[in-house]
Amino acid sequence: MLRRIFHQVWDWLEDRTGLPEMIGRTARHLVPPDAKWWYVFGGATLCAFMVQVVTGIALAFSYIPSAGEAYATLHFISAEAPFGHFLRGLHYYGASAMVLMVGLHMAQVFLAGAYKFPRELNWATGVLLLAFTLAMGFTGQLLRGDQNAVWTVVVAAEQAGRAPFIGQSLGHFIMGGDTVGGATFTRFFAIHVFIMPGFIFAFVGLHLWLVLRHGISEPPKAGQPVDPKTYRREYQELIKKKGRPFWPDAAWRDTVFCVTMIVVIAVLALVSGAPPLGKPPDPSIIDATPRPDWYFMWYFAVLALLPHGTEQYVLVYGPLLVGIILMGLPFIFNRGERSLRRRPWAVAVVVMIVVMIATLWLEGVDSPWSPNFTAPPLSASVVGATNGPVFLGGQLFHDKGCINCHLIGDDGGRRGPDLTDVAGRLSENQMILRIANGAVNMPAYAGNLTPAEMDALVAFLETRKIPGP
Amino acid sequence: MKDPNPEAGGNHCLASPEELSRRKFLARFSLAVGSVGALIVAFPVVGFIVAPFFQRQREVWRSVGKAQGFKVGETVAVEYEDAAPLPWAGVTAKSAAWLRRENADSFIAFSINCTHLGCPVRWLPKANLFMCPCHGGVYYADGTVAAGPPPLPLPRYPVRVKDGDVQIQTSPVPITQ
Repeated sequence: MLRRIFHQVWDWLEDRTGLPEMIGRTARHLVPPDAKWWYVFGGATLCAFMVQVVTGIALAFSYIPSAGEAYATLHFISAEAPFGHFLRGLHYYGASAMVLMVGLHMAQVFLAGAYKFPRELNWATGVLLLAFTLAMGFTGQLLRGDQNAVWTVVVAAEQAGRAPFIGQSLGHFIMGGDTVGGATFTRFFAIHVFIMPGFIFAFVGLHLWLVLRHGISEPPKAGQPVDPKTYRREYQELIKKKGRPFWPDAAWRDTVFCVTMIVVIAVLALVSGAPPLGKPPDPSIIDATPRPDWYFMWYFAVLALLPHGTEQYVLVYGPLLVGIILMGLPFIFNRGERSLRRRPWAVAVVVMIVVMIATLWLEGVDSPWSPNFTAPPLSASVVGATNGPVFLGGQLFHDKGCINCHLIGDDGGRRGPDLTDVAGRLSENQMILRIANGAVNMPAYAGNLTPAEMDALVAFLETRKIPGP
Repeated sequence: MKDPNPEAGGNHCLASPEELSRRKFLARFSLAVGSVGALIVAFPVVGFIVAPFFQRQREVWRSVGKAQGFKVGETVAVEYEDAAPLPWAGVTAKSAAWLRRENADSFIAFSINCTHLGCPVRWLPKANLFMCPCHGGVYYADGTVAAGPPPLPLPRYPVRVKDGDVQIQTSPVPITQ
């Protein structure tokens, strides 16, 4: 009885909308038989995006995109609202998962040579989706509306400021005015919640349309290069002979992977939670240590480590060049071997990029270039004297800011060389020369120390020697 | 599944030359009229969004304290309200500067924004240096670059003493070109 009613409703819907048949046919489109676990990352990215849409809408129920109130609503969501802490965590780790999955998806597609003919535009729309994803990550961090958000906007405006001709205007455009203020957050809210998701929806649609149009690429085999003249026919033959319906033969893997990902996101959200809020978004609080979220930490390191004078070019033309290379890739290399055995450079490129980002990321987390503002004065046991020039030198080492950038034992910063054993490396004269004249990354102290202070400081440094074996 | 309207759109080949030229006209006409409609809506939308490209706020003098409250030679952080903050700006309406009394009647106001990427520099009074927490930029007491990546000296803001009050002129966040 129920079954009959269901069938009648189903048939009626089919007749009036035509959708059940169309959706079913699309879901059951044929895919290559050996498309297995390597093919789950694109679906996982979409899945993470859906998590973001749902959790984002929920957050919007309590969020006020106003500079004066965003911070308070974030506090409310994190500390007071039922499920708020969990929800914010889901949105944060969902974003992290989306960035990670889009990266894995891209690496997999590149390594499998799946961007070649006829799938050039699959890749190109994917590159745009990567850019939108990163833009979402960036604007999302700002909407937290804490002190870090304020300085992230300023840092972004300064980067845009390096663009030729329009830099100044672009910088003010990002801030929504001359300074960070009331206009800044409403604008980023509109971008994060309407504009970027709109683009993502549109381009995901296009991306999926292209996937259906050209089919999921078959796993590459060495010795079977892509030839635009014959590729389509060969692919159709393979699909006709050996194709499996996407639903459910392949889709079950996507489902399992996606759900596993959601479980991991949920566990992280419950256990670790979203990043804690910083200080209020008051630009007059100077005591700040601006840091990006993890997915931009490597770029933060790039900004610190660029050779002086090159940032003018790297900040503007670097991202532009990366964009051009990524967009141009499938059009330049649209034919030939897909298998990794015949494309050793593809492996090398991916390994190099991963190693580069990982290394820069570790450096960014560590930030040895940032002065240590919290180093306490050196203790008497470290200085090794309670009066006289060595004692005075030890005090000066702290007061003159040496300790902000140099280590003595475990105390101090790591911007400059570790001075625990400096007397083993430098003579008295060398020390005086260096202190007086400074270096690229060290201030010259000639005008900042009296001769007596210089003597005391050098006397202290002369005692910095690790006894030899 | 059957197309319920097999006739619609599929009969080009039966059209006479007049019908074809009429159709061509109607297509172009619709596109042109549609564009006008889109432009009418787009004009205020784009204008509203890109206005900050061209808008410059007026600059006003803000008192940051009595002149006698500042000791000669000392550098202190002062805060003041932006020129024309929006009503909902909250604490983001505030700005800060490093103010130093040079002598009895002259003050210097430094921007707190590092010229590398805009992070807030801190003044180390005993070391006589400004240091940036982001990428390790260091400036001497006079604002010139001492070390690290900053390409330019710390910008200075106009400052004056009026009726015993030290006043700083509100300025845009300095953006290094």
